[in-house]
Amino acid sequence: MSVLAVSGLGKSFGAVRAVDGVSFAVAAGEMLALIGPNGAGKSTCFNMLNGQIRPETGRILLGGRDITGLPPRRVWRLGVGRTFQITATFASMSVRENVQAALLSFHRRVWRWWRPARGYFAAEADALLDQVGMRAQGDRAAGVLAYGDLKRLELAIALANGPTLLLMDEPTAGMAPAERVALMALARRLAGERGIAVLFTEHDMDVVFGVADRILVLDRGRVIAEGDGVAIRADARVRAVYLGSGATSGGH
Amino acid sequence: MDFVVVQALTGLAGASSLFLVAAGLTVIFGVTRVVNFAHGSLYMLGAYIGWSILTRLPRDPAWFAAGVLLAALATAALGALLEMGLLRRIYRAPELLQLLATFGVVLMVQDAALYLWGPDELTLPRPPWLRGFVAVAGSRFPLFDLVLIGVGPLVLGLLWLLLARTRFGVLLRAATQDREMVAALGVDQTVLFTVVFALGAGLAGLGGVLSLPDGSANLHIDLDVITDAFVVVVVGGMGSLPGAFLAALLIGELQAFGIVLLPKITLVLVFLVMAVVLVFRPHGLLGRPQAVARGAAEALALVRPAVPALRWLGLAVLALALAAPLFAGPYLLSVLTEMLVAVLFAASLHFMMGPGGMASFGHAAWFGIGAYAAALATHALAAPMPAGLLLAPLAAGAAAGLFGWFIVRLSGVYLAMLTLAFAQIVWAVVFQWDAVTGGDNGILGVWPARWAGDPRVYYLLALALCGGAAMLLRRVLYAPFGYALRATRDSPLRAEAIGLHAGRIRLAAFALAGAAAGLAGGVFAYAKGSVFPTYIAVGHSVDALVAVLLGGVQTIAGPVVGALAYTALFDALLTTSFWRFKLGAFIVLLVLFFPAGIAGAAQRLWERGRPA
Repeated sequence: MSVLAVSGLGKSFGAVRAVDGVSFAVAAGEMLALIGPNGAGKSTCFNMLNGQIRPETGRILLGGRDITGLPPRRVWRLGVGRTFQITATFASMSVRENVQAALLSFHRRVWRWWRPARGYFAAEADALLDQVGMRAQGDRAAGVLAYGDLKRLELAIALANGPTLLLMDEPTAGMAPAERVALMALARRLAGERGIAVLFTEHDMDVVFGVADRILVLDRGRVIAEGDGVAIRADARVRAVYLGSGATSGGH
Repeated sequence: MDFVVVQALTGLAGASSLFLVAAGLTVIFGVTRVVNFAHGSLYMLGAYIGWSILTRLPRDPAWFAAGVLLAALATAALGALLEMGLLRRIYRAPELLQLLATFGVVLMVQDAALYLWGPDELTLPRPPWLRGFVAVAGSRFPLFDLVLIGVGPLVLGLLWLLLARTRFGVLLRAATQDREMVAALGVDQTVLFTVVFALGAGLAGLGGVLSLPDGSANLHIDLDVITDAFVVVVVGGMGSLPGAFLAALLIGELQAFGIVLLPKITLVLVFLVMAVVLVFRPHGLLGRPQAVARGAAEALALVRPAVPALRWLGLAVLALALAAPLFAGPYLLSVLTEMLVAVLFAASLHFMMGPGGMASFGHAAWFGIGAYAAALATHALAAPMPAGLLLAPLAAGAAAGLFGWFIVRLSGVYLAMLTLAFAQIVWAVVFQWDAVTGGDNGILGVWPARWAGDPRVYYLLALALCGGAAMLLRRVLYAPFGYALRATRDSPLRAEAIGLHAGRIRLAAFALAGAAAGLAGGVFAYAKGSVFPTYIAVGHSVDALVAVLLGGVQTIAGPVVGALAYTALFDALLTTSFWRFKLGAFIVLLVLFFPAGIAGAAQRLWERGRPA
């Protein structure tokens, strides 16, 4: 059974149909790339999946359970990890404390008033940081990290709830090419080892064709193609959208 | 029916005055993002300068108009000086520090006006044409009020022309939307900001001088006016001129009818309207969410356990505090007790505004509720002191939890203004509910139990309660809840994405801070033997803010250091002449040169040369 099953997802902003009847599914251990030109509806799609935006139409099933319209914190509780296009971490905490904060929430230890927080789940946090190669920087302030390291920290935070689904919005944006490959190889390995379904958006086509098992192409809110790298490369409509024949998209 | 027409016209005249002040405030905020507390002072200066000019001019309408314009121009020039001398240097500072610096200016201007114009109210001798009436709906309506009614829309129209039809207006609108982009396009911001500030100041001055025929120039109008102006600007939406006009109409009419129909609760009504508007429209009637200032992200200090040296220092201070009754006399002990109360009051504010990111301009509300709860328990219920001291934090915490439900969903300046609004509501209720609270006279005879009557015993009790509560708050900040609270401040997006219910966490922090402030109020009530509405006044909220910022908002020890230093400074200044001016100047210098506060500066010195 697929981890995530989306059907007929739709959302408008004013007169603009940002996402229009999008359906797809992601299986455990699978990496699905969501691509498309700017304004195709990728981010809106993402924000509906983790509950930041409430969809107008359609249903989102996580492991068979309907999560449509739940707020982000409930979606997270059900096993969805997320990284953001522009990294969002806690600047007043150290790298380890960032992960500890997520673990505190996951283990429902937030409403504790007495014992210092640094004693909670430190080993577990270090293990997660180890996975993304950030353990050595555990004591550094998150606010002073290089951008690539911030992205890896976000990944460790996103793994703290032992997710079945990982949503990564432009995971390599702002990174150097070598870092991009390394980060996505890491995501690939984690998906395989833990059986996590990974859905990601990405502008770098090398990354997309390099790691994705399957690719979903959006244009103007609709799915225009779906398939593996070979099929997508050969798809005439995708070429038109990206290369701008003008025939289908009005010239990008 | 006639009554309705006349009151409606009175309301319109009031709305015009409100709009003049609010327009200046909102224009300044829109472009510079500075919430100018000193705007009321500019209004007051406008009134005083206007008085000095108009009493020297011939008393016919043409000279009057010329004098009014001259006073507005003079105020505009003073505004330009203020911008160039102070505000220009703090545009990049956190908004709370800016607010505080302008409050320092308020204090300085008060004493400057006292020095220049004396303590007495100054009224304008009114020539016959100013005393004229017109018949409206069978009643006599002041001619000058009719003129005022016209001034509001006239100024709105002129401002609209300026904004829509001139190059300066285009720049001003562009800067309101995105000042970084305007700077990137090569516009000289320095000049633009100065001109905008002068414009806003001129409008405030105009409002001030036009208030003379119906009122007077006195030393209280600055704070009266600024509270009204804040309400109007916040209700209308910060930075929005049409919003300010709309809100001025709303508030003006509300005041005109309220004062006749419901005189007791008009003030409450005004703030209630503001609260309701903000709950449904968090950015005011016509306001928009603020554009996020780019490149303003500051690296926030990590919260680390105290280094051994600091621990030893803390223990030494504690030992000294415990030993104080052995060597201190009753007077010194009462001062020390006040300091303990100030420490808890500041620590409770720091709890929500530092790690919680919720800066409050009305923290005195919870202090006051605690104090009154204790006083009423003693008086109305004849409850023993321990019961009063228990009731104080409970009542304040419950009230903070209730009001907090409205407040915690806002952020930044709007949140600060709503806390101010609620504090004013509490103040108004206490002030006007004579039968229960004693009104202005307060409640006297709130003395400690017999066993705690000795100043030494009460001091130790205060040390246990205030010191203990402040330590508990500190403990909570290091505990998981404190981390969750900081998480909601650092990144609301990420906090929500790791399953944190930001609203609940912030509300709990708000209620806890309120309860702690309430305990401080309760301890203070028994220490002084009386409670007064001034405990809830804006000035008292500002005391706590200054203490926290003086100590350093980013450090855990900051509020303690700040409260001790501020109380000592305040007590030392209070006995000197023109203490307001000195205090204000001190605040301004603090913001300019020690923005991280005493503890922050000490921490920086300590960390110099040590690895981060």
